[in-house]
Amino acid sequence: MKKIIWLIPLLIGLPALSQAARDEYAWNNELKEEFFAGKKIIESNDVIDIEVPYRAEDPALVPLKIISKIPQTKDRYIKRILMVVDKNPYPFVGEFEFTPQSGKADLAMRVRVNTYSFVRAIAELNDGSLHMAKQFVKASGGCSAPIGADLDAAMKRLGKMKFKFGDDLQIGKPSQAQLLISHPNITGMQMDQVTRFVKKSHFMDKLTVTYNNKPVLTAKTDIAISADPNFRFYFIPEGKGELKAEFSDISCETPTSRKVCKSISSYSKSQTITP
Amino acid sequence: MKKTLSILFIIFYASYGWTRPLSVDEVAPGIFVHFGKHQLPDTINHGAIANIGFIIGKRCVAVIDTGGNPDEGRALREAIRKQTDKSVCYVINTHVHPDHIYGNSAFKQDKPRFIGHHNLARAINSRASFYIARAPEQLGINLTEADLVVPDKGVKKHLVIDIGDRKLMLTAHPTAHTDNDLTVYDQQTDTMWLSDLLFLEHIPIIDGSLKGWIAVMERLGKKSYQRVIPGHGPLVTHWPEAMQAQHTYLNVLLKEIRIFIKQGGFLEDAVTRIGYSQKNKWHLFDDFHKKNVTTSFAELEWED
Ligand SMILES: [Zn+2]
Ligand SMILES: [Zn+2]
Repeated sequence: MKKIIWLIPLLIGLPALSQAARDEYAWNNELKEEFFAGKKIIESNDVIDIEVPYRAEDPALVPLKIISKIPQTKDRYIKRILMVVDKNPYPFVGEFEFTPQSGKADLAMRVRVNTYSFVRAIAELNDGSLHMAKQFVKASGGCSAPIGADLDAAMKRLGKMKFKFGDDLQIGKPSQAQLLISHPNITGMQMDQVTRFVKKSHFMDKLTVTYNNKPVLTAKTDIAISADPNFRFYFIPEGKGELKAEFSDISCETPTSRKVCKSISSYSKSQTITP
Repeated sequence: MKKTLSILFIIFYASYGWTRPLSVDEVAPGIFVHFGKHQLPDTINHGAIANIGFIIGKRCVAVIDTGGNPDEGRALREAIRKQTDKSVCYVINTHVHPDHIYGNSAFKQDKPRFIGHHNLARAINSRASFYIARAPEQLGINLTEADLVVPDKGVKKHLVIDIGDRKLMLTAHPTAHTDNDLTVYDQQTDTMWLSDLLFLEHIPIIDGSLKGWIAVMERLGKKSYQRVIPGHGPLVTHWPEAMQAQHTYLNVLLKEIRIFIKQGGFLEDAVTRIGYSQKNKWHLFDDFHKKNVTTSFAELEWED
């Protein structure tokens, strides 16, 4: 009998504990207000969905996919997707703008996830409505920290870009392109025991991809994007044309504030496409 | 009788807050190694999983890696005290991983020189805030910045230190297991302390460069050593045969990922398809293999 009495609070206590690990406090009390003050957000997977491994094997490099559920038409399209990792030291991951020319507002990228956290994407349609999808991620990876593995190699090829395409480029149809950007995307989370090291963050802050001078993907990004940023997105080929990517990087005084930053440089890469 | 004695010892150590000496094997004259267990670092083992140890010279002692938490560092220090009265003059860290450096603070009182690869300080500094924040939930320990001791001396290529009629040759390697791997060679006994440049039984963990690691292994494989001490796994007396399993694993990754990238495959699919022929050859495969594929994939994407 005594045993059973002891068990009851234990059993009640358990779900509360697992809830704590999955809490949405930061989102409900700070982040929502910060990004969408006074606005209504519909939580559903009808407009976009997130695909991300439940267990992130490498916290420095978590593959993440946003899958759009509606086509990009002139009348109704996804205008913007904002991404947040609730428990990252700087939760804002990026803001991505699409147009009807994007063809499809799907987007794949790699992000840093510091700890067990919700990852969320909020899509804004051209009518102004907001639709949120979220997934819980357990970042593990034992000995590895959410930075790049080989900083020197990444520094050496900084600014290099590559486009890659599948075999399915089709005129007039949404087709996928992959953009590889070489940049260490330094978080700036350094300990300041030794002063000779740079403690500033240094990351890609803006990216624009155009097809025949029309924007396909425009992004504002931050330190939660993995080293060597990698994006897959859609565009609609119109015969022979030019895909062009341009990005800029900045350096900020502290990892978690964007008040004191200075721009570093900009980089561009064009590629002619013949579907 | 023995049992009673050891229980008495436990009570004695516990009640005085003293640390029990870490168990060590003398693998060669004057070289002592504590062999870790193949486990994930967790809140039960507190990250004490790696092979760590020390070398005694005529003048003083060089510690090679200090363990997965400050207590393991203190226990290693006690193990040294059991062997010799000589002071600890060097603490050598073979690389940045927590299971090798978290015991550093236990040796501060000896005022040794802390030595590591010239990239080690940068690696510690950039990982510190993350390591400190994760230590309580991941390892069940509390760490502070004071526990993460950065080296006073960074080795660029080679450095020979003398601990008294005994010369140790330290070599800083190009990016391999990490971007800050350092090995220690003891001329007197022809023993090479490779640390995590060599894994046996425990799956190799790639946190630097796949291609770089293969290159370093191939260079080391051409040499002959009487004895090699891995970072995880038992003492090696057959070199280079003992590195074959790791060499095969890394080369399977290299070959399969290259083909996968050429065929237009994506990272998220690579982790579920590549390298599974190696699964039953390694402990902890399920815990680290996907991470290895991820790190390697990101590296090989930039090959051409
Ligand atoms: Zn190790
Ligand atoms: Zn290691």
